[in-house]
Amino acid sequence: MSASSAPQVPQPGSTDPAVLRNFCIIAHIDHGKSTLADRMLQITGVVDERAARAQYLDRMDIERERGITIKSQAVRMPFTKSSGGDAGTPYVLNMIDTPGHVDFTYEVSRSLEACEGAILLVDAAQGIEAQTLANLYLAMEADLHIIPVLNKIDLPGAQPEKYAEEIAGIIGGEADDVLRVSAKTGEGVEALLNAIVEQVPAPVGDPDAPARALIFDSVYDTYRGVVTYVRVVDGKLSHRDKIKMMSTNAVHEMLEVGVISPEPVKSPDLGVGEVGYLITGVKEVRQSRVGDTVTSHAKPAQEPLGGYKTPNPMVFSGLYPIDGDDFATLREALDKLQLNDAALVYEPESSGALGFGFRIGFLGLLHLEIIRERLEREFNLDLIATAPNVVYRLEMEDGREITVTNPSEYPNDGKIAKVFEPVTRATILTPTDYIGTIMELCQSRRGQLLGMDYLSEDRVEIKYTLPMGEIMFDFFDALKSRTKGYASLDYEPTGEQAADLVKVDILLQGEVVDAFSAIVHRDSAYAYGVALAGKLKELIPRQQFEVPIQAAIGARIIARENIKAIRKDVLAKCYGGDISRKRKLLEKQKEGKKRMKMVGRVEVPQEAFIAALSTGDATPK
Amino acid sequence: MTRSLGAYVHVPFCSVRCGYCDFNTYTSDELGEGATRASYAVTVEREVELARGVLGQERPFETVFFGGGTPTQLPAADLVRVLAALRDQVGLAPGAEVTTEANPDSVTPASLAALREGGFTRISFGVQSAVPHVLRVLDRTHDPLRVPDAVRWAREAGFEQVSVDLIYGTPGESVDDWRRTLEHAVSLEPDHVSAYALIVEQGTALARRVARGEVPAPDDDDLADKYVLADEAFEAAGLSWYELSNWARDEAAQCRHNVLYWRSDDWWGFGPGAHSHVAGRRWWNVKHPAAYAQRLDAGLSPEKDHELVDDDTRTLERVLLESRLRTGLDLSVVPDGHRARVAGLRDRGLVDVTGERLVLTRDGRLLADAVVRELV
Repeated sequence: MSASSAPQVPQPGSTDPAVLRNFCIIAHIDHGKSTLADRMLQITGVVDERAARAQYLDRMDIERERGITIKSQAVRMPFTKSSGGDAGTPYVLNMIDTPGHVDFTYEVSRSLEACEGAILLVDAAQGIEAQTLANLYLAMEADLHIIPVLNKIDLPGAQPEKYAEEIAGIIGGEADDVLRVSAKTGEGVEALLNAIVEQVPAPVGDPDAPARALIFDSVYDTYRGVVTYVRVVDGKLSHRDKIKMMSTNAVHEMLEVGVISPEPVKSPDLGVGEVGYLITGVKEVRQSRVGDTVTSHAKPAQEPLGGYKTPNPMVFSGLYPIDGDDFATLREALDKLQLNDAALVYEPESSGALGFGFRIGFLGLLHLEIIRERLEREFNLDLIATAPNVVYRLEMEDGREITVTNPSEYPNDGKIAKVFEPVTRATILTPTDYIGTIMELCQSRRGQLLGMDYLSEDRVEIKYTLPMGEIMFDFFDALKSRTKGYASLDYEPTGEQAADLVKVDILLQGEVVDAFSAIVHRDSAYAYGVALAGKLKELIPRQQFEVPIQAAIGARIIARENIKAIRKDVLAKCYGGDISRKRKLLEKQKEGKKRMKMVGRVEVPQEAFIAALSTGDATPK
Repeated sequence: MTRSLGAYVHVPFCSVRCGYCDFNTYTSDELGEGATRASYAVTVEREVELARGVLGQERPFETVFFGGGTPTQLPAADLVRVLAALRDQVGLAPGAEVTTEANPDSVTPASLAALREGGFTRISFGVQSAVPHVLRVLDRTHDPLRVPDAVRWAREAGFEQVSVDLIYGTPGESVDDWRRTLEHAVSLEPDHVSAYALIVEQGTALARRVARGEVPAPDDDDLADKYVLADEAFEAAGLSWYELSNWARDEAAQCRHNVLYWRSDDWWGFGPGAHSHVAGRRWWNVKHPAAYAQRLDAGLSPEKDHELVDDDTRTLERVLLESRLRTGLDLSVVPDGHRARVAGLRDRGLVDVTGERLVLTRDGRLLADAVVRELV
């Protein structure tokens, strides 16, 4: 081989594990992960600049708009080492893109399992954020080699020295070892690629053992069915094999295997250490679950790879179509989304106030928002979401145990012996200036301080135990506004605790409106009831009769408002030129009436439900 | 049955633009070229000629109404000239009602005499309020003390019917202010009164002032109280309601022109932005006086757009309009599926039903739009 000729690019299925490097990027929203990924795709020649859509890896519109990654992807990039003693040697880099948000911790952990190394990417103007720290800890627990990188060094506000010290303090090491790049300009990115080859260990596995591959992502494609992303640990997956899912023992025909570079490319096999996709013709991602182990049906492995978990929904909310006729569309839409989202669970429910809808379980608030937005945007649905709630476990006096996922199901009869609510371990990173206000906030949300660690002279990590239900409301917003946006939050469920919780009902004209029922701590029940009753008074238009609004715990009224009867509903003038206009107004009013929900005799506009149920506003500050 | 035919003449001129007004009207500064007051009567005459082509001469106008704007911003001779054109081109029925609106400060004994002489039979004064601070918020320039003079001059000139227009619910108007206005209006011994709740129309100066928080928005409860006060005061003074916002001394004093609107009869609206309704077709003219004049000068129709009133629309309009009248709504007009709701409306005290007619009670008049929504 002459020095000038291009080196042979290793082909999928026959790549020596020694030249493979599997890595992921851990970063906070906006810290530039997608830009860095795009830049790497360009430098390795996988996409050219003009063909590259901005942020190639984030496929969904919502992801692009919010600048976050929801589902991971994996891209195979050939890279010829350009520095050091082995300059000119061809390598293959597999970049596994991980979701960046706390709701998707489990998916993150599976992506990490598929790698040997992780780039810790931190904005040189902002420093590390709580979620990044949480993911970094996951990566360190998974024994990944960490390459710390400061991004956006071209920004005027960048403080690379300061944040390099901080990062070195967290991961152990020298500030000088923290690489500095600008994903935007490309500065330092090639050096980073060389560092990946040098620092990240090559994958190790037994090529002769029965095949074992970890599913780290599973995506539904309209034309191809489920596309499953795997990392081969042992053996080989060939496109003619029958495969078996080790958690369910389900056997599937393999229709295709391949790699993404950045579009799918078929290959005969995937070997040890390789990352790619497989297609079996299954139609739902739950048949091909993240964390599961794929093995060969003919020669199955005995032990699955570790760590498989079924994701448990942590947050529940009722979703109701504003137009009752859309119920069937909503069901179809959920069925479709579930094809691509194994964590999404739902069952039909009916509400006296909102009609027919679904109670839906989510991994967290972001998951909820994303699903709701996708339903509205991709399926053209107008939806009302009830206030999100966590799952409560009730021990009854007669020894029964009840799980409550909908506050309206919370028993009123007082035969409850004990109520348990989920708690989280929350980590807040903040400039030291805000320690006081954050502690005050956490205290008011029934938090218990677990500890405080200084990351650097002026940044601190505060740990709290917080009831998850308290985070559901406006905790994040309150945290951001109290700290001018500087504090960041991460939380993970850690169990449950007994708590003095009560259900607050809202009654209109003496009738309970189930959609407004909420489970709150006894100490804040009064404030909650007063706030919501007051808000409803503003939101519900006057009717032809008086409408009392009451907040109640069981039979005890804790707050009361009154909507006076309307006395005037007429336009005084109606002459020749007014007739068309007045008729159109009337038609519009009648149309508006169709969008009213009847609660008993009371007409409640959809907007009132939406506004009253929007998170936070009705919560006592 | 032939429908009655009326004529509305829109005069789009005012001396000042009142902050609450969203009518199609202009001060002299706001008018573009080709639309001067001087040429206005001539321009309208062209539309009258057009109307003759459509209407022929078989059906004379039974009512004529000059509104605005402020019609009396034009010289009396111009108004008389337009009226003459209507009479000559299409015809005026014997005993036709011919009304003009007027500001109390835009008339003189001489101008009123000229109008009466020229065929006007009825005059409607924009009094609005007797309270100076209320008039100021409305941007009305007239001196309330001049109103009795104007009314007296109109009587002396021989007008058969004198009406006053009032507005209630102006920001800053107290209940006592409104009582003063009512006493003042009754003391003028008018044949007819119109009293309107102030509507803050989008796009008006008043709407902007409300939005900026400079003045409070009208309060529905206050408006309801003032309506009740007005109804009581007028009834006590011998003026009976015949439409939601209109009271008259007797049947002869009712504004026949407006009744024609409420009975879905035919009318031709002359002038910029005027609406017409003839034989099931509604149309409206281009709004700006300059555009209006250009069209007519070029021999073109000033019509901007039109709509056809189909059966469902007609039903809706009839319920909407006839329910506002004291003569009430014939129940046969109410669509079948909705007639059952009448009993509920009666139980709630919003309507009386006598024979086959539904008539709004006073509470019902205040909730007329809600009643109509239940009936169609």
